[in-house]
Amino acid sequence: MRWLFNLSFRRKIPLWTSFLISLSIFVVGAALMTRAYEDMKRAVVISASNLGHTLANTVAPALLHDDVWRAFEIVRSPIGGEPAQTPVQVDAVVVLARDHTVFVSSDPDTLPTLAEPPALGVDWVRLSTRLGAESNWPLVLEPDDSDYLYLALPIIDRDAQLGHLVLRYSKSVFHPWFIDSLWHGVEIGLLVLAVLIPINWYWGRRMATPLVDLAQRMGTILETVPAPLPPDLYPYEDELGQLFQAYDRMALALRDKAALENEMVKSERLAAIGQLTAGIAHEINNPLAGLITVVDTLKLQRDLDPRTLRQLELIDRGLMQIRDTVAALLVQTRVQARPLNQHDLEDVHTLIQTQVSKRRVRLEWSAAMPAELPAPASLVRQILINLLLNAVQAAAEGGRVSLWLGRKDGAESSLSMVVRNDGTLLGDEQLAHLFEPFASTRAGGHGLGLWVTYQIVTQLEGRISARNIDGQVEFLVNLPLGEMPCSTASA
Amino acid sequence: MTPSIPNSLPNRNRRKWLINSACLATTGLIGLTRKASATGGKLRVGMTPAFLHDQHRLLDEWREFMAASLQRPIEFVFRDSYRETMDLLRLEKLDFAWICDYPYLHLKQEVRLLAVPLYQERPYYRSYLIVRKDNTQFKSMADLSGSVFAYADPYSNTGYLAPRYHIRNLGHDPASFFRKTFFTWSHRKVVEAVASGLAQGGAVDSYIRDTLVHVEPELALRTRVIWRSPEYGFPPFVSHRSVAASDFQLMQKHLLEMSATEKGRSLLTRLNLDGFTIGNQSLYEGVARMMRAFGEA
Repeated sequence: MRWLFNLSFRRKIPLWTSFLISLSIFVVGAALMTRAYEDMKRAVVISASNLGHTLANTVAPALLHDDVWRAFEIVRSPIGGEPAQTPVQVDAVVVLARDHTVFVSSDPDTLPTLAEPPALGVDWVRLSTRLGAESNWPLVLEPDDSDYLYLALPIIDRDAQLGHLVLRYSKSVFHPWFIDSLWHGVEIGLLVLAVLIPINWYWGRRMATPLVDLAQRMGTILETVPAPLPPDLYPYEDELGQLFQAYDRMALALRDKAALENEMVKSERLAAIGQLTAGIAHEINNPLAGLITVVDTLKLQRDLDPRTLRQLELIDRGLMQIRDTVAALLVQTRVQARPLNQHDLEDVHTLIQTQVSKRRVRLEWSAAMPAELPAPASLVRQILINLLLNAVQAAAEGGRVSLWLGRKDGAESSLSMVVRNDGTLLGDEQLAHLFEPFASTRAGGHGLGLWVTYQIVTQLEGRISARNIDGQVEFLVNLPLGEMPCSTASA
Repeated sequence: MTPSIPNSLPNRNRRKWLINSACLATTGLIGLTRKASATGGKLRVGMTPAFLHDQHRLLDEWREFMAASLQRPIEFVFRDSYRETMDLLRLEKLDFAWICDYPYLHLKQEVRLLAVPLYQERPYYRSYLIVRKDNTQFKSMADLSGSVFAYADPYSNTGYLAPRYHIRNLGHDPASFFRKTFFTWSHRKVVEAVASGLAQGGAVDSYIRDTLVHVEPELALRTRVIWRSPEYGFPPFVSHRSVAASDFQLMQKHLLEMSATEKGRSLLTRLNLDGFTIGNQSLYEGVARMMRAFGEA
């Protein structure tokens, strides 16, 4: 039985409702049929007593004058030529004399004139007994073991009782009639089912399908980040609809959480890398300064042969390269607090112009800012130069690079910079490690530009992100504005 | 079933007028009577259950044929029992009537014999004793003792007088021979009563039972004849003694010549008769004898 309850709603709803519809039709049908059977019996009794009164009045003179033939013609008149077909059709009419012998009957073969009750069967003996005692007319007699229902009335002329009129109805006609009605009922019931069940299946599936869909999504919620629900899955406001909305809200929250976690993992990694590089850089810088001093001192000696001198210069250049690299890794944001102004932007525009011309890139410049902004000018310049040069390099030959700078949605407390290029889009792997040092895939780059940019933005408590949008690569930087930063954060 | 008095008044008035006019005319005709009808008054003919009087279409055609032949309006008067027709004759509500031989003898003083139908070329018929065909235990009247029996009419010869006479001849009292008897007021219904099983036996006119075999075989053949009486004179056409001699002759001539015309023959065939003869009193001697036996004449 349990398997029945374990079925999918897709089947359970139509099955249950079909079962309930069938049950209702059956119960209502049975009640109606029982009622119909009772009504039929009542109709028989009413019709019988009407007929009985008429016949009793009509047959009275014939009985009074002992006119058997007239009485026979009267009692035979309601009998059709065929055997009774409907329950209200009388099967036999009998006139009993005062002594309860048959005076005349519509069926002389089985109920002959002058026959006494015992000769006619046990029903007639019962009837005869009841007739003597009865005072409440009409008398209805329906023996359980009999195929007939009897209705009896006295035949009265003025105040003299001449005899009794008995109407006999065949119960065997009741049953086929009842069965016939039952079949009619069943046919109508089946017709109703034929109409209701497809509607019910359709409705049940319609309700179950989104539910099943939801259940499947819920089942995988721990393994994958849930995708948003299709908006037309269940566009109604009932409890089911509310459930779907709640699911949607939950899915959204889960997606945000996942993104946040992702971001946190990334920032933590980058912070760890930053600490590591800074540590290494310090460790290198201290001996490096000594080495450079030693090499400088050696180069000042006069008696150096040219070969040694050449080797010293080789060492010197190598040390210089190490210093530059380490200096790049050790991002210093300790700056003078000069606010950003229009000239800084013009400078940046001028500075990158050489590269722009060389790559024949179209540069779209959209910088909306007041004369001055409370942001560290040199750092913003460095960020912009890094991002723009990167973009120019990444853009296709003769491609397009755009800058948008301003305060988004009128936000007074932050400065947004958006740099886009139409070069090759970034892969997932690239996006994951974009801001790590030496992550560049581009030939000729040392892979520290974005690292430096990231370090600056992070140290200014801003945010930097990259994404592919509308077939372009976009870098978005948000820097908080406010009191002129005088942070001297250094890695 | 009482005769309607308002209807009789115009007749009486007309009769007076006719008498007066006839007297004034002093025609001195022999046939002049109270019912002078030389001017062509309506003739009323009583039809009794002596034959299949419920064949209304046939009777309608006969009436039209009679009216055309006599050049007189004809009215057929139907009553359900012999007694009623006899009463109408006594009250002079009828000019002519087709009655059973037994009533004829009762009414001998009031009526004249007009013509006797020919059945199977002869003016005779019998009484049949019938039982249900499937009831093989009854072979004679004696077997029916203590049964329920259907008579046709208390004024019927073949349907009442003849069977009772037969019982009497068997040495029984007709009043107590059967357990129960009843009248059906028509020979046809005797056949029906026996066929339906209401009565175990019945007495019926041989002419009617034989005719029914042709007309309604499904009813008639459910019965079986177990005894045939001697022959009696066929139920006659009579006229009231007050009917004018001319009318009497006119009607008699019509009946006697009926078989001479095609239409008349066709009607006779459908009545299962061959024609009419004048007949005479001696035809009914058998009935008179039975009546005497019961002290009725």
